Amino acid sequence: MIFDKKTINKLAMIGQRASFGLVLYDLVSEIDDLMVLTADVSTSAGLDRFRKNFPNNYIDCGIAEQNMMNIAAGLASENFNVVTTSFAPFQTMRCLEQIKVNLGYMKNKVTMVGLASGLVLGPLGYTHCCIEDLSVIRSIPNINIISPSDTLETAKATIACLKNNQSSYIRLTGGANRPKIYEEDYEFQIGMPVSIIQGEDILIISNGQMVHNAKEAVNFLREKKIYPSLLNFHTLKPINENNLVNIIKNYKLIFTVEEHSIIGGLFSTIAETIAKNGINKKIIPFSIPDSYSNSGNYDYMINMFKLDSNSIAERIINELR
Amino acid sequence: MNEINKEISKHSLIKSFAKQIRKDILRTALNAKENSSHFGGSLSTVEIISCIFSEYLDFYKNNENIGDRHRFILSKGHGCLAYYAALSELGFFEKNVLDTFEQNDSFLLGHPVINRKYGIEFSTGSLGMGLGLGIGLALSILKKKFDKKVFVLLGDGECNEGSVWEAAMFAPNRELYNLIAIIDHNKFQQTGSNEEIMDLKNLSNKWLSFGWNIVEVNGHDINELLDAFNKKFENTKPKLIIANTVKGKGFSFSEDNNEWHHRILTQKTYDDAIEELDK
Repeated sequence: MIFDKKTINKLAMIGQRASFGLVLYDLVSEIDDLMVLTADVSTSAGLDRFRKNFPNNYIDCGIAEQNMMNIAAGLASENFNVVTTSFAPFQTMRCLEQIKVNLGYMKNKVTMVGLASGLVLGPLGYTHCCIEDLSVIRSIPNINIISPSDTLETAKATIACLKNNQSSYIRLTGGANRPKIYEEDYEFQIGMPVSIIQGEDILIISNGQMVHNAKEAVNFLREKKIYPSLLNFHTLKPINENNLVNIIKNYKLIFTVEEHSIIGGLFSTIAETIAKNGINKKIIPFSIPDSYSNSGNYDYMINMFKLDSNSIAERIINELR
Repeated sequence: MNEINKEISKHSLIKSFAKQIRKDILRTALNAKENSSHFGGSLSTVEIISCIFSEYLDFYKNNENIGDRHRFILSKGHGCLAYYAALSELGFFEKNVLDTFEQNDSFLLGHPVINRKYGIEFSTGSLGMGLGLGIGLALSILKKKFDKKVFVLLGDGECNEGSVWEAAMFAPNRELYNLIAIIDHNKFQQTGSNEEIMDLKNLSNKWLSFGWNIVEVNGHDINELLDAFNKKFENTKPKLIIANTVKGKGFSFSEDNNEWHHRILTQKTYDDAIEELDK
């Protein structure tokens, strides 16, 4: 897939689930042992066209995620390049032990895609919202974890994971109309964070849809003569600890912005690294507290947890006073 | 050699294979000492495993990879004593390696851990996962156009797991005629009989209603087992063999005695068992 301006705009327009579907549609001619398994979510995953046109590369496992992961592992052990997908809670926690044993312990290589993670399914409640997936998957060895910031990154992450020899979990966040983070093609590498804005003194680390909110906050702050840096920390595992430490050393104050529980996600990853390396820096988390709140639409949820760009900017200003 | 003699010789070969497996189970269980081992549920699988390994997987060693050969998954991973003995019998490792069972740094743990070099192709032991894995293999074999079978050995207690039934529902929808599930129906699970813990009521009807071809056999009768493996149906559905077995089969002290689900084998009991086996 060539990521020219036209393609990048198209991906942004169709949203990230459709982008994911489009990438697989494109890859099937390149990777002939590609197998895509879903748990009755082909429409939600943007895979209807794939399902119709490549029936030999597509298996609908029905609403049975444990079995989906077992079948995926069986195929992977026979050298098929397998992608599985369902809504994030069901792609991770519903079949967690199958993921642990088949992918983590046995190292069968499967690329899992968690749809509509975070808070975007707020109106459906916390059975469908997913604020725990990163934490839960992060504790299992041998699985890459990627939280792409826009549709281009989703496409590039999908390709990178299919070409990587280890299993991956790709966490899709955000609504259908996703703002672009990248206007043009860039180098995506699993484990290598991307500098989005270069500033000074303050570092904001984010991933997923929250990179956009953080970017807007930075734009607002720049008008107030505050110039934070913004780092897109798209890969939670594996991380390059030295690289992270070297980046963090240059800043006085660190903020993390994530659409995930405060336990076990981005904040935890950064805090663990800082503590382990004896760096004396304060990290201020923008996360979801350790509780299940009332529910509402995406904006309502984002505002409630003060993950919107205004709240992020305000909080940063307050911290600097 | 005529056909009848061939059959008799095959039968006696498998029978002696099974006897050797029982001997090796005793050896492994004795060496496990205070670590103890899943004795009863290994002994109930001996004839099933002996038939599969003698009849279908005998060339297995030269096929480390995923080529044109039959596949086997021990879904009831705790029954590994029989599995390890069979792998050793095929020459994957020396008999004395069995003595490292559950020792520090051994590759023979209390549940199989993937180690293709030594013939262990899957890590099992978390119950209810093997049948779904087997579906993946069966789909692969069909795609690769191999005329081969996938054998998945489950326990009856394992059938308490919901994921078994997810797989049971899937397989008949995909024309997986190359998939053979075998339930080692020894009527016991960890802390009691199936009836006491979770009654499997009409087990064969359950699978039948899910769309499987069913064969029910005496799981210690080699001829019945081989006939069941070879039995052809006029459809493309997967096959379930309910193998009625005896937990702890082979030794008077352990047969149908669930105290031997997981228990230490002492030297005295070992000596008695060897005597009984050679009788």
